[in-house]
Amino acid sequence: MRATDDIWILGISMTKFGKHPYLDTVDLAAEATLGALRDGGVSMADVGVIAAGCLMGAGLGIGQALQKQVGQTGVPVYNVANACATGATAIRTVVMALKAGEADIGLAVGVEKLAGAGLLAGASRKNDSSTWTPHGRYGAVAPVDGRIGTETMPGVFAQIGMEYGHRYGGTSFELFARISQKNHAHSTLNPLAAYTKEMSLEQIMNDVMIAYPNTRPMCSANCDGAAAAVLVTGERLASLSDDQRRRAVRISASVLTTDPWEPGCQVLPDVNTLTRNAARQAYETAGVGPEDLDLVELHDCFATAELVHYDNLMLCPEGGAVDFFESGAPFRDGSMPVNVSGGLESKGHPIAATGIANVWEVATHLRGEAGDRQIDGARVGLAHVIGLGSACGVHILERAG
Amino acid sequence: MTQSAAPTRVPLVDYLRLEPSPHLVAHECTNCGARFFDRRNACAACEGTDFVEAAVASEGTLRTFTIVSFAAPGIPVPFVAGVIDCDGTHVRGNIIGVPPDADHVHTGMRLRLATTSLGPDAEGTEAIGFGFTPIAESNDATDQTTEES
Ligand SMILES: [Zn+2]
Repeated sequence: MRATDDIWILGISMTKFGKHPYLDTVDLAAEATLGALRDGGVSMADVGVIAAGCLMGAGLGIGQALQKQVGQTGVPVYNVANACATGATAIRTVVMALKAGEADIGLAVGVEKLAGAGLLAGASRKNDSSTWTPHGRYGAVAPVDGRIGTETMPGVFAQIGMEYGHRYGGTSFELFARISQKNHAHSTLNPLAAYTKEMSLEQIMNDVMIAYPNTRPMCSANCDGAAAAVLVTGERLASLSDDQRRRAVRISASVLTTDPWEPGCQVLPDVNTLTRNAARQAYETAGVGPEDLDLVELHDCFATAELVHYDNLMLCPEGGAVDFFESGAPFRDGSMPVNVSGGLESKGHPIAATGIANVWEVATHLRGEAGDRQIDGARVGLAHVIGLGSACGVHILERAG
Repeated sequence: MTQSAAPTRVPLVDYLRLEPSPHLVAHECTNCGARFFDRRNACAACEGTDFVEAAVASEGTLRTFTIVSFAAPGIPVPFVAGVIDCDGTHVRGNIIGVPPDADHVHTGMRLRLATTSLGPDAEGTEAIGFGFTPIAESNDATDQTTEES
């Protein structure tokens, strides 16, 4: 057994995702943190390092604000920001600190308040100035969003899905809508999801079109929420109680990648190469293959994104994502359940919480504590996020023993 | 006043050149051939710092697209945004001169660079933008199966 070299999840928690009008980001982060500490049977006094993220509040020091509510112990805080991969980056930061021997217990926390935030557009476009004067790296005399393509997230990810169809065929508006239908159906079993209503294919296809082929329910749901994880070294875990050891979840791989240069990657973000690289590294580190996974939580920020990540995470042969979906594999009763939580489209996407909440989902199944939506006998799972820019986080988790 | 000797025109971005005829240019790395449209500090592919200006083909194939129906305030919708493969160089742009629906736009269609006017500024200077417009092709069926518009 290599147990003592590994980093483990000792405690993990997420808040209900949705609208929390009376709670601020610190309240939500505190709720998740106290939940994770309780779950792990430790306290802030045991925590030697903290990594915290709140993308919309970057610069405000969410980590220190959290300490001031739940325990000012003077340990180092790393406030991290990495777009939609912020939560995974917080976990990765703590894993690195623990592996380096800087601490033996660490806390990763992510929180966001996004309910009512509207669509995740790119920058909201400025007005034209009174004279056409060149600005910026493109010497643009006026804002280019909408004039030279689109910078909106729904539009960018729509093109990513449509490009997959161009390369391999088989995609259609209806296919993408059926992916969304799956995730909305999955969320009916998740009491912590922002939306828990099943949606028919007709409802999804006839809803407001945002950026073809993504209608509103095919886009990630803006909401409030937080998630936190307490990580521990294998050595420290060995000194803890039987119950703590039994419920601990092994982090078999923790990987973060960025874009290697590819032709065209600065014209349309290439979310494929860095995800494939992260997956390859994670499988190699963990010593498992995609065929060993019992469940996957992947970054379905849009229905069009879920399709390409089946391929990028190598859940199917290259070019085979449409066949993979059509086979029924990614449904909760299929051979490779994907996003049984409901995914970002239905569970919701409070940005900095997402990369920890998906780890919570996988860990909860591995512990056999997922209730009505438990994937029976789950032993190995993968959690994936991507933040445009780009950053990709992949974590592979395994049940203890 | 003598202001209007010849109305001046400026391109929307500096990688659009209006003379002798409208075309796009890229900064091409002399070491590895990587192409970029923005001002460069160095090459992201090979770290080289020497670039030449390369003309980009004005015809290409639509590699992907979306029809944006919901955008930031001030952007007229719906419009078609896409990526055009111009002889190996990927270019971002709007698809113009075609109804913005999935019956009329499909990946693989052939397109050609075209210019658009953003109108005059307060001093009478006209800004010129660009898009891509379909090259006439046989009216064959597309691989899209949608009925939604
Ligand atoms: Zn180069």
